[in-house]
Amino acid sequence: MKIKNLLVLLVVLLATYGILIAVAELPPYGMPDNPVHNQVSERYINDALEETGVLNMVTSIVLDYRAYDTMFETIVLFTAALAVVITLKSWKKEGDGR
Amino acid sequence: MKDFILKRVVVIILPFLCVYGFYVILHGHVSPGGSFAGGIILGLSIIAYSTIFGIEKGKAKIPEKVLVWTESYGTLWYGLMGMVGIVKGFPFLANKLAGIDVGVPGALSSGGLISLIGIGVGIRVASTMVTLFFTMMEEEP
Repeated sequence: MKIKNLLVLLVVLLATYGILIAVAELPPYGMPDNPVHNQVSERYINDALEETGVLNMVTSIVLDYRAYDTMFETIVLFTAALAVVITLKSWKKEGDGR
Repeated sequence: MKDFILKRVVVIILPFLCVYGFYVILHGHVSPGGSFAGGIILGLSIIAYSTIFGIEKGKAKIPEKVLVWTESYGTLWYGLMGMVGIVKGFPFLANKLAGIDVGVPGALSSGGLISLIGIGVGIRVASTMVTLFFTMMEEEP
């Protein structure tokens, strides 16, 4: 039991080390030459109003540029609600043992 | 719950909550917020009502049939709005590309399909919240 605990500790420390190395490699926050600021975000900022006619840029991305994503997001919501209803609803039936 | 103050406060707040939820859904493309946030506010108003006054009264306000209907057809509405692009000979979910008038930026009628899709998504999210709440709070017979 004790050896197992030590092994778990070792694995956790190794994973923490790996994650910390990855975090140290991240570019500093908010710098203008970060790789996030590429032509995609530039196009959204410059052309979103003209291409969609919507003032709220988040809505223009969520419901126009990334409309497929949002559509399947709503389907995920639908599936989640369906699963909860099927699992938890008390289906009343005579002679059912539950 | 039998607390008098709680009941009165909820009765006063409830209409404003509902109107605010609809406002956030309808103005999702002009002001901060959006259909998801507005739908959650709208669902929360019904959840607050049925928490204070009891599940039975809440179910009397929003029957299960309405919930099932809005939940299913909200998703279908999204797909239907996407079909507008295909009918006009453009890709699925095309908005300005399909020649739909996007209007003056800042007006409530701007955005073309975006505002229509937003209404559907908002009502869907609200009905999902209420369905989850009603199903989970149901007592064992």
